[in-house]
Amino acid sequence: MPHSHILKAFDRDLAELDAKIMRMGELAEEELKGALKALRKRDPEKAETVIVKDRQVDSLEQNIEDDTVRIIIRHQPLADDLRQVIGAMKTAGELERIGDLAKNIARRVITLASEKPPKPLKKGLKRMGKQVIAQLHDVLEAYATRDAQKAVEVWRRDEEIDEAYNALFRELLTYMMEDPRTIGLCTHLLFGARNLERIGDHVTNIAENVYYMVTGDKLDASRPKSDATANILPRLDDEDDEDDEDDF
Amino acid sequence: MTENRDKQAETADAAAPAADDARAAAETAKEETANLPAERQGPKPKLDIRNLNFYYGTHQALKNINLKIPEKQVMAFIGPSGCGKSTLLRTFNRIYSLYPNQRAEGEIWMDGQNILGKDVDVNLLRAKVGMVFQKPAPFPMSVFDNIAFGIRLYERLPKAELEERVEQALRRAALWDEVKDKLHKSGAALSGGQQQRLCIARAIAVKPEVILLDEPTSALDPISTARIEELVMELSEDYTIVIVTHNMQQAARISDRTAFMYLGEIIEEGETDQIFTAPREEKTQAYITGRFG
Amino acid sequence: MNLYARRKFINAFNLTASVLTTFFGLFFLVWILWELFAKGFAGLDWSLFVEDTPGPGSEGGGLRNAIVGSLLITLTGIFIGAPIGILSGIYLSEYGRGTWLAATVRFVSDILLSAPSIVIGVFVYGIMVAPLGGFSGLSGAVALAIIALPVILRTTEDMMLLVPDTMREAAAALGAPRWKVILSVVLRAARNGVLTGVLLAVARIAGETAPLLFTALNNQFFSLDMTKPMANLPVTIFNFAMGPYENWHDLAWAGSLLITLVVLGLNIVTRAFLRGKKH
Repeated sequence: MPHSHILKAFDRDLAELDAKIMRMGELAEEELKGALKALRKRDPEKAETVIVKDRQVDSLEQNIEDDTVRIIIRHQPLADDLRQVIGAMKTAGELERIGDLAKNIARRVITLASEKPPKPLKKGLKRMGKQVIAQLHDVLEAYATRDAQKAVEVWRRDEEIDEAYNALFRELLTYMMEDPRTIGLCTHLLFGARNLERIGDHVTNIAENVYYMVTGDKLDASRPKSDATANILPRLDDEDDEDDEDDF
Repeated sequence: MTENRDKQAETADAAAPAADDARAAAETAKEETANLPAERQGPKPKLDIRNLNFYYGTHQALKNINLKIPEKQVMAFIGPSGCGKSTLLRTFNRIYSLYPNQRAEGEIWMDGQNILGKDVDVNLLRAKVGMVFQKPAPFPMSVFDNIAFGIRLYERLPKAELEERVEQALRRAALWDEVKDKLHKSGAALSGGQQQRLCIARAIAVKPEVILLDEPTSALDPISTARIEELVMELSEDYTIVIVTHNMQQAARISDRTAFMYLGEIIEEGETDQIFTAPREEKTQAYITGRFG
Repeated sequence: MNLYARRKFINAFNLTASVLTTFFGLFFLVWILWELFAKGFAGLDWSLFVEDTPGPGSEGGGLRNAIVGSLLITLTGIFIGAPIGILSGIYLSEYGRGTWLAATVRFVSDILLSAPSIVIGVFVYGIMVAPLGGFSGLSGAVALAIIALPVILRTTEDMMLLVPDTMREAAAALGAPRWKVILSVVLRAARNGVLTGVLLAVARIAGETAPLLFTALNNQFFSLDMTKPMANLPVTIFNFAMGPYENWHDLAWAGSLLITLVVLGLNIVTRAFLRGKKH
């Protein structure tokens, strides 16, 4: 930002908004890490703490929404200020969804507590989890530093997560076909992987927000979305991925 | 674009001594426009300002302004006080020439005529380019005569027709219902907002093509302001409107295009939506977000 | 003494001083008016307006010839002075702004405004009375016109300048030529102010004595001939007050009261005018 605002309260309000987004991002990241750890260790108690933490994230989102409305009323932001406020509001929404998805993973941990997933599967899931955590971390950093370049990098890397998801999907299918007794477990894991993939998509949305906030331009929506699972048998009904079908 | 301008300037200069140089220039202008590739023509400009410089005595207030003002749209000038936005507006009807030490150099083309040319009849120009000022200035006469004043300057109308024209103008300015019972009372007896609408009615009564508004709402309350804004947007269907405003929200609300001026220069000009969401120039950004200084 | 008490003391002191000096000034004003009314009121009767000034030693008499003469000279003076004054005022405020000519005119007019009126009387004597070979009402009117001129000129200029430039711009922006802007809009807006200036000028010249001594002189008889010496109130008062006869003294007092009442009336009318202008 070239100068500070003549009206200092405006700077304060924007800084506070930024701090809240950062806090929310941290919480979402902790939530995701916790959920994955709980999944790895099959630790229902840990999963429980994740579910509790999600409430904090939800209330922060409410709080940020109130703040943005207040800033719009008070300061009628324009140009980059306007983009900050709109970006913050949208990002808060994305982070809230990320929190929900992490919570979903944690819920599955509670259901799956007694089951033992095959080792290779665990590995694949762990790797994908790490990728998603790294993406989330990077996009939050890009947000904090208003780094459009970094945002673009994160945005591009989502492809890798999609690929990891496709691989995992195939793997899970194979397991289920080999041993129908694992269908219950694998379906849960499949949804877990699906949740992770969705988190990845929300991360790219945040990356788009960051890019818009910094440059005023929109990232081209033609990013190759390679959720190829739609073409893999047995056919799943999830043509589009932008909508609220996250909560399964 | 610049080569074209230069060429046109030359043509105009060369033809200057001729009696019909304006028409000659008009022809040239038409040809030049026709020669431009279609995608570079854009919306038809009503006013085309080229290399305009303006001086108050020795102080240069406008520096090399180049700007096209599209027809039947609202163009807003924003910028800090003293940036030259009002000065620029005041060149479009040459109202500055009331003051002997003010001088404009360059060209402003309107309908194929350089309105800064020596042979231009400024009174006829002003009948074509109306202006409304910051402070409503009703003439010391009745509401009716305020409107009729301008009409009578250039038209001899029978009484009934004149009355109709006055009514038309007042209706157009959304003032008729409020003043129809006091047409013969003094214009100064109206409220501030009504006076300003009276001034707008007065301007449109002479059927201009361009309307210049110099901070028309800065002395008005929000409701009167909203009325004027609504009126401006309505009028933009038939008139080319240029408005100078200190109120950025106002520019954002009512203009199609916005030009940001600073220290006598146009820093940035573009679609209003673009200027207010993602300005290209850092100075524009700093100004409209309140970070100047 | 602390600062506040000090301030209070200074305030009280200044207030007392200014009130006292005001009363000092008012005292003399009231005294003059009192004397005027007391001594002039007795003479205010019908004969004042229907009988001419009495000759030395003759009884009674009135001021008819002097009143009519004064009216004629004053009005003629205004008719000469007002158009010139108004037009020059318009020049100063509209056309001559910032020019050396306007600055010079303004300067000269200010000098004229404060010049002793007797000087103007002598001047008109020099250019009119002497060359034409005799005193006349007309030369009196010219002298009064010269006195009225700067008053009207400056008030006209000031009143026109009070009309905001935005009004001129608004009229010009409609395509009105300059003369139309000035006549239909600016002068119209300043109309009451300009008329006030004229009325003030009338009040100013109605009581002038010195210039008339050198120009209109006086006339014991009723006359409407402006080319001949003419009776007028100020000079009559001057002569009668110095004269040895009781009835002359009474007439002088009555004439003084008359002039004072006229000037008072003009001032009141002017004020009413200016107040009426506001809305």
